[in-house]
Amino acid sequence: MLILKLLFRNAFRHKLRAALTILGITIAIMAFGLLRTVVSAWYAGVEASSASRLVTRNAISLIFPLPIAYKDKIRQIDGVKTVSYGTWFGGVYKDEKNFFPNLAVDAQSFMHVYPEFTIADDELRAFLKDRKGFVAGRKLVEKFKWKLGDTVTLKGLIFPGDWDFVLRGVYRGRDKTIDETQFLFHWDYLNERIKNKMTSWANQVGFYMIDVTRPDRAAEVSMAIDGTFKNSLAETLTETEKAFQMSFVSMTEAIVMAIQLVSFVVIFIIMAVVANTMAMTTRERIGEYAILKTMGFGGRHILALILGESLVITLAGGILGIILTYPAAALFGHKLSNFFPIFNVEMKTVYLDIAAALLVGVIAALVPTRRAVSIRIADGLRRIG
Amino acid sequence: MDNEPPIVEIRDLKKSYRRGDHIVPVLENITFDIQRGEFVALMGPSGSGKSTLLNLIAGIDKVDEGAIRVGGVEITELSETELAHWRATHVGFIFQFYNLIPVLTAFENVELPLNLTRMSAKERREHVEMALRLVNLSDRMDHYPGQLSGGEQQRVAIARAVVTDPTILVADEPTGDLDRKSAEEVLDLMIRLNRESGMTIILVTHDPRAAQKAQRIRRLEKGFLNNAHSQTSL
Repeated sequence: MLILKLLFRNAFRHKLRAALTILGITIAIMAFGLLRTVVSAWYAGVEASSASRLVTRNAISLIFPLPIAYKDKIRQIDGVKTVSYGTWFGGVYKDEKNFFPNLAVDAQSFMHVYPEFTIADDELRAFLKDRKGFVAGRKLVEKFKWKLGDTVTLKGLIFPGDWDFVLRGVYRGRDKTIDETQFLFHWDYLNERIKNKMTSWANQVGFYMIDVTRPDRAAEVSMAIDGTFKNSLAETLTETEKAFQMSFVSMTEAIVMAIQLVSFVVIFIIMAVVANTMAMTTRERIGEYAILKTMGFGGRHILALILGESLVITLAGGILGIILTYPAAALFGHKLSNFFPIFNVEMKTVYLDIAAALLVGVIAALVPTRRAVSIRIADGLRRIG
Repeated sequence: MDNEPPIVEIRDLKKSYRRGDHIVPVLENITFDIQRGEFVALMGPSGSGKSTLLNLIAGIDKVDEGAIRVGGVEITELSETELAHWRATHVGFIFQFYNLIPVLTAFENVELPLNLTRMSAKERREHVEMALRLVNLSDRMDHYPGQLSGGEQQRVAIARAVVTDPTILVADEPTGDLDRKSAEEVLDLMIRLNRESGMTIILVTHDPRAAQKAQRIRRLEKGFLNNAHSQTSL
C-alpha cells in the first residue's frame, strides 16, 4: 500500500513536468482519437451497409444509366425480395458549399429496402402523395432550419434548371451510424421533367437497390442478375452494397492510409517524449532506488514503482485525451459535416486510445526500469550527495 | 560474551574495481571479527576502502575473494535475491545524506522497510511509533523530510534503520553532513542504541571525534587493515 502511495506521489513530484507530460499525452491521444474517427467516418458508409442488399449499376461505369424496364426482370429473379431504384441528382442548394447527397428514388420501395431510415407514418403518407415532395435527414433539416411544408429549390447540375421541392417528412437514422444528411425525392418527378429535354436519361435509373431473401444468397443472386442482362445494350454489374460503398472509399485509400500513418506517428512521438521524461525522472531517483534496494526491496518493487508511475501519467493523459476527443470530434464533425455526415467517436476508437496510452506507458518505462533494476547498489548510492 | 561466536567474521577478503583497462585493488586480505553488541569504528583516509568494506559487510556489494559471515550466515554465497531478503531483516543502514524519500512523511519513511515483513498495519504502526519515540521525534512523524532539520532527518533515518530490529547497524559517515551539535546528538543516539539495546554497530568515519564514541577503532590504509587496534575509553 505504501508502495502504491509512493508511486502516486512520485508521479506528481515535479508538478510542472508531470502536468506538461500529461498535457502532451492528452493532446496526442485526442489527435489519435480524432484521426481514427476520421478513418471510421471514411468507412461509415461501408460499415452501415447491409449484407442482404445488392446494388446493380451499369457495367461500364456508374455514370451510365440502366433502363427502368430492368426493374420487373430483376424482381422475377429467384432470391430477390424487393427492388428499388434511384438516380444521383447532384443538385446544389444555394451554394456549392452546401453539399449533401440528393437522390431521386422510388419512395415506396426505397423505404422497404432501407428500414434503417425511419419516418413518421403521416409524413411518409404526405411524401408519397406529393410528386414534388421530398424527405430529408434530421441533420440536414436542422442545418438549414427547414420546416415541413417549406419549398426548397435545388439547382440541377446534371439535370439543368431550378427544381422546387416541398419538405414533406424528416427521416431519422435507426442508430448513430445512419447518414441523416440525405435529400430524397420522387424519381417519377425527375423522369417526368427530363423526358423531353434529356432523352438519353428518360426512363433510365442510375442504379438498382435490391433486397435479397437471404444474405447467403447474395452472390448467387448477383450472378443471376448480371447473367440476365448479359449481351444487352446495358450490361449490369451487381455487387453487395458493402462492395459498392467500398469502391468509392478505395478511390481515396491513399489518403486513408496517410491519416492512419499520421495517427501512429503521433503515438510514436509521444512515446519518445514520455520515455525521455521517465528516463530523466529515473536518473534523478537512481539513488532512491538504491536506498530501497539496500532495505531489501527487489527488482519487482522497482519495476512496480517506475512502470506504475509511467502508467499513472500516461493513463491520466489518456483519460483526459479520451474525454476531450468527444467535444473535439463534435466540433470537427460539425465543421466538416459536408464531407463526413457520420462523425462519431466509436468505442473501438476509445479502446484503441486506451491501448495506445497503455503501450506508451509500458514502453516508456522499459529502459529506465531496466537501468534502475540492474544498477549496482553501491553505484546507485554514489549518485547521492 | 567472550564464548559467543563473533557476529561478523571476515576472512581473507579481497576486493578490486575495474577502471577502464585497469584493475584497482581496494581491499587486500582483510581478516577481522566483530563481536555481538560491539560498536566498532572503521577509520581511514579517503579511498582507503572503508566504505567498500562496510558495503561488503552489509551485503550490498560482492567480494572478489574471501568470506564474510554475519550472524552465522555466509553472505558471500547468497544470490542477489537471497541477499535482498537477508538485508531486509538483518541490516539497518544509516547514510551520510540521510537518504529519506522526500515524498514520504517521517512516519512513512520509517514504515518503508516494514512493508517487506508480514506485519499487520497495526503492528507496523506500533513499531514505527516506538522507533520514532526512540529517536525523540514522535511529534514530527507527519512532517516531510524537507520540513525537518539535518539532525532530525538523520534521526528519522536511524529510526528507519532500527525499526526492523536488525542484527547489525551500519553507518557510513552519519555525521558527515551535520553541524557539531546535531552530530553529537546522532552519535549519542547510536551509543544509546548500542548500550541499551545491545545493537551491533559498525561506523565508518574519518572524523576522530565520532570514532572516539565507538568501543573499538579499526584503521584502513590503502586497502589494508592496520593491525593496531585502538580501544577507546568507552
